[in-house]
Amino acid sequence: MRELRVTPIKNGTVIDHIPAGLALKVLKILGIGDAVTSTVTVAMHVPSQAMGWKDIVKVEDRELGGRELEKIALIAPTATVNVIRNYNVAEKRPLALPDWAVGILRCANPNCISNVREPIESSFVVRSKNPLRVVCKYCDRELEDIVSHIL
Amino acid sequence: MSSFRGRDVLSIRDFTPADIQLVLRTARKMVPIATGEKRSRSLEGKILSTLFYEPSTRTRLSFESAMARLGGRALGFSSAEGTSVQKGETLADTIRMVEAYSDAIVLRHPHEGAARLAADFTEKPVINAGDGAGQHPTQTLLDLYTIWDEKGAFEGQNVVLVGDLKYGRTVHSLAYALAELGAHLTFVSPPTLEMPAEILERVKEKGLSFRAAHRLEEVIREADVLYVTRIQKERFPDPQEYEKVAGSYRVDMEVLRDAKRGLIIMHPLPRVTEIAPEVDRTKHAVYFKQAFNAVPVRMALLDLILGEGA
Repeated sequence: MRELRVTPIKNGTVIDHIPAGLALKVLKILGIGDAVTSTVTVAMHVPSQAMGWKDIVKVEDRELGGRELEKIALIAPTATVNVIRNYNVAEKRPLALPDWAVGILRCANPNCISNVREPIESSFVVRSKNPLRVVCKYCDRELEDIVSHIL
Repeated sequence: MSSFRGRDVLSIRDFTPADIQLVLRTARKMVPIATGEKRSRSLEGKILSTLFYEPSTRTRLSFESAMARLGGRALGFSSAEGTSVQKGETLADTIRMVEAYSDAIVLRHPHEGAARLAADFTEKPVINAGDGAGQHPTQTLLDLYTIWDEKGAFEGQNVVLVGDLKYGRTVHSLAYALAELGAHLTFVSPPTLEMPAEILERVKEKGLSFRAAHRLEEVIREADVLYVTRIQKERFPDPQEYEKVAGSYRVDMEVLRDAKRGLIIMHPLPRVTEIAPEVDRTKHAVYFKQAFNAVPVRMALLDLILGEGA
């Protein structure tokens, strides 16, 4: 018999098929920990037929969009994002990496103009999606450790 | 109408081989005007802003000379000291202000990517005159002009880049452009100052092969062009190690014994000890001519970007 580790939610978002070990990074992207007013459920190292092991994050009463999805796509492009309304999957939000990552990453080059007080957003051109490689629009350097430079 | 009209010059990678050829051919036509033999008023009434957030006398003066030779005028500052930058003004705001005063902007800035940022904040053409350790495309163009003018072509030329290939900004852009133009490249440097993998990757992407060596003597025989850069003392924690390394890349008559007769030696200047003064008197030495070429090449760019007849 299947054991139900995480209970269904009424309204909110389920992020499934996160590569095992990355759930906490997803929480960081969602800003969970700052001022959360709803329940967040995290399941780590859950058996998965497709992936072997995976992580799951459920956020109640919140629907994700725009940049949050782009950021998740950066670290977990295989994840699935389902919007739940009244216990049903109301919408599947595709995780797609844009051609440009704007305002979601910080350039690692301390001498880059994007790290100086200027009225601009960081901007990276996505040179390759698999493996993920991004290059700063301003200083033209490739960002090595993408995950730790998510804004 | 030229494809250059109103265009930004931010990185040499924005230039196709055809663009480069157009700049080089235009620069050659500019030579008699650059020397003062002929007169031109093609940029009369035009104003160039030269914003130098860090000093670079050679670059700034050659731009101002180029503008003046074409009948235009230049205004600007030669260091951030005493400007509104010190009051905390952003580069973006300075650019929006300067846009109203001039027809084109030349920018030298200590931060990488500054010229691209500037270009985002103005409709006027922005010319990158060096952004930190980043790009310096007009230096690359004048280096290319020197090779083309001396050797007549790029294809098949054996170009040896020697010295600090890791931090030397000019060699990165030059290697990229030469690869695109079909030259054979050889990189000679101490093991700690080799060409960065990223540049090698870009050269490879062009489908071209290159060689790397640690000793100049190994490759000098086949060289058509020897591009020498300064090895900076501050790259070495140990002064003795610096002396040893710098000495082994010094170009003197002994090193040149087996060189081709037609070999040309280039250097972005200023040089310290990497080329012996005795070499100056040989036909190989073109580095002072290279410095002069800054003017016709910058004239060509300004005329293509701002001129009527281009």
